[in-house]
Amino acid sequence: MEPIAIVKGIAVPLTRPDVDTDAIIPKQFLKSIERTGFGKNLFNDWRFVEGDPSRPNANFVLNQPRYQGAQILIAKGTFGIGSSREHAPWALTDYGFRCIVAAAFGDIFYNNSHKNELLLARIPADAVERLMAEVQEHEGCELTVDLPAQTVTSPAGLSISFDIPEDTKRRLLEGLDDIAITLRHQADIAAFEERRKSTHPWL
Amino acid sequence: MGKTIIEKIWDDHAVAEDGGQTILYIDRHLIHEVTTPQAFAGLKQAGRTVRRPEATLGVIDHNIPTIDQDKPIADPLAALQVETLRKNCAAHGIELFQIGDPRNGIVHVVGPEQGLTQPGMTIVCGDSHTATHGAFGALAFGIGSSEVEHVLATQTLLQKKPKTMRVQVEGSLNDSGGAITPKDVILALIGQIGVGGGVGYAIEYAGDVVRGFSVEGRMTLCNMSIEAGARAGLVAPDDKTVAYLKGRPHAPQGEDWEAAVAYWRSLPSDPDAAFDRTVTLEADALAPQVTWGTNPGMVTAVTGKVPDPNQESDPTKRATIENALEYMALSPNTPITSIAIDKVFIGSCTNGRIEDLREAARYAKGNRVASRVTALVVPGSGLIKRQAEAEGLDRIFNEAGFEWREPGCSMCLGMNPDILQPGERCASTSNRNFQGRQGRGGRTHLVSPAMAAAAAIAGHLIDIRGIEPAELD
Repeated sequence: MEPIAIVKGIAVPLTRPDVDTDAIIPKQFLKSIERTGFGKNLFNDWRFVEGDPSRPNANFVLNQPRYQGAQILIAKGTFGIGSSREHAPWALTDYGFRCIVAAAFGDIFYNNSHKNELLLARIPADAVERLMAEVQEHEGCELTVDLPAQTVTSPAGLSISFDIPEDTKRRLLEGLDDIAITLRHQADIAAFEERRKSTHPWL
Repeated sequence: MGKTIIEKIWDDHAVAEDGGQTILYIDRHLIHEVTTPQAFAGLKQAGRTVRRPEATLGVIDHNIPTIDQDKPIADPLAALQVETLRKNCAAHGIELFQIGDPRNGIVHVVGPEQGLTQPGMTIVCGDSHTATHGAFGALAFGIGSSEVEHVLATQTLLQKKPKTMRVQVEGSLNDSGGAITPKDVILALIGQIGVGGGVGYAIEYAGDVVRGFSVEGRMTLCNMSIEAGARAGLVAPDDKTVAYLKGRPHAPQGEDWEAAVAYWRSLPSDPDAAFDRTVTLEADALAPQVTWGTNPGMVTAVTGKVPDPNQESDPTKRATIENALEYMALSPNTPITSIAIDKVFIGSCTNGRIEDLREAARYAKGNRVASRVTALVVPGSGLIKRQAEAEGLDRIFNEAGFEWREPGCSMCLGMNPDILQPGERCASTSNRNFQGRQGRGGRTHLVSPAMAAAAAIAGHLIDIRGIEPAELD
């Protein structure tokens, strides 16, 4: 994994609360056996009229010219609820997002995102509203998400602390691979398995 | 202080700690065609192997058609995904139930049916409805493809210990005559705590109502934990759990059986165990539940009405209701029972087991599906299909005008050809009413199997408490 430290860029406000992973990447695109190429179908059914990629829905926020090239998504409610599909963070990063800011995230989505260089910043719901208002008001508004400092800052001077588990932060900053971390404990795993053979012989 | 069942299972599987996370040992890993190709590719790229192929089982469920399963899959992308799973399982020595094998079916139906799901286990699968296995008192949760790769490589996961929530279902359903089912209880709970209410928690469902549920009913209850935001939900094992498992193909045998049962009996939460949060749900007043909106928390009693956004003072909540009603093409204050439907789907890992099919059949028997309605019945596994046919349920459904299909996930998520067309409205026994879930532009009302069957006959949503169901032979 590539390390993540600071994400600075245009932020898109997604006002619908509790966005589910079915909306992020609809099931008709889950038949790929690859990890890449999902960005073109991100939010497919909202982004395109009748789901037709040749007909962008001008009303959908991602299609507005002022938000092109955005790297940060701000969302209401609990973002990433529902299905465990890792295709959701794959689609978000493939599209170009590097950070999502919301008050809460679905548990599985949270784990999946941090394995895919997508930084999730959890901030209080009222702070989401304030950030969203500033972004909507000022075209070209760039936010800065600083992982070492655990802050989201805005041009108008908002500085909001975000919450992230210490170990997750370290792994993101260092770009560590979970499997490599775990394999350092191979001897522990083997000993555990050996022990369980006698305590739980039916397993 | 005592421990909760969640803590007991967690502590029993903690291999080591690393940087604030636990390396948690995984007893059972279930895999399917949709969320594993990238995991096996990652494994290969890193030059790693599968640590315990014998603790892993593959099924083919998400994208297979529910007709003509003896013929090749017509969709080339679905066929490639299935073929990729076959190759990966063969290359790593993992058992895979093939299409057409009666043991194949929906992953969360197959595990319990085969006795692979046992109390006290940690069970994972690249599917968010893995909590279904919690019905046995297992800690079971859904994971993403990177975590699938992690389990394949190490038989463990790096995890943070979840907070614990006890959901106490108080009162009694005895007066409902069977009309109020585990599906109604879990929908009511999601309505009460919201789709984000369980984020960060593992849930233990407790109380006399839960104890009164069959093991299959508990599976329905645990299945939808993720719809309340909780990755895992479980019920402590008891005599029913033990009786369900005895004699299943992968259940412990002989001396092992006695040792296993003794261990299982030690799992229930200690009387003085403390939970981080307790939620109480009153069952006495429950009516059959129906979702009206675009997430499972948008739910009401069948006797209720579609909500009126103008009654909501919070602007975000008001906009959410307006959006949902626009997508669902529903007007505020419409009585739920006046909503006409086009399709009915009976099946899924939530409600595709034999008891679900029997309940639905009681409302189908001797009746006829309304002329404008298409109704599918999709058994959760080949073995359930076989058992239902032995009981004559297929004949009841066919004679009533339901389509009797072959097993799979089917219209729960519509990755196979079973989908809603834009604008179609469905009464569904599945678990998600998200926009586009059952097909782009499709509109889903989540209900119990009996409610779905009765809606198919009536042509609209209907309160089953006004209908006398038939007896089955």
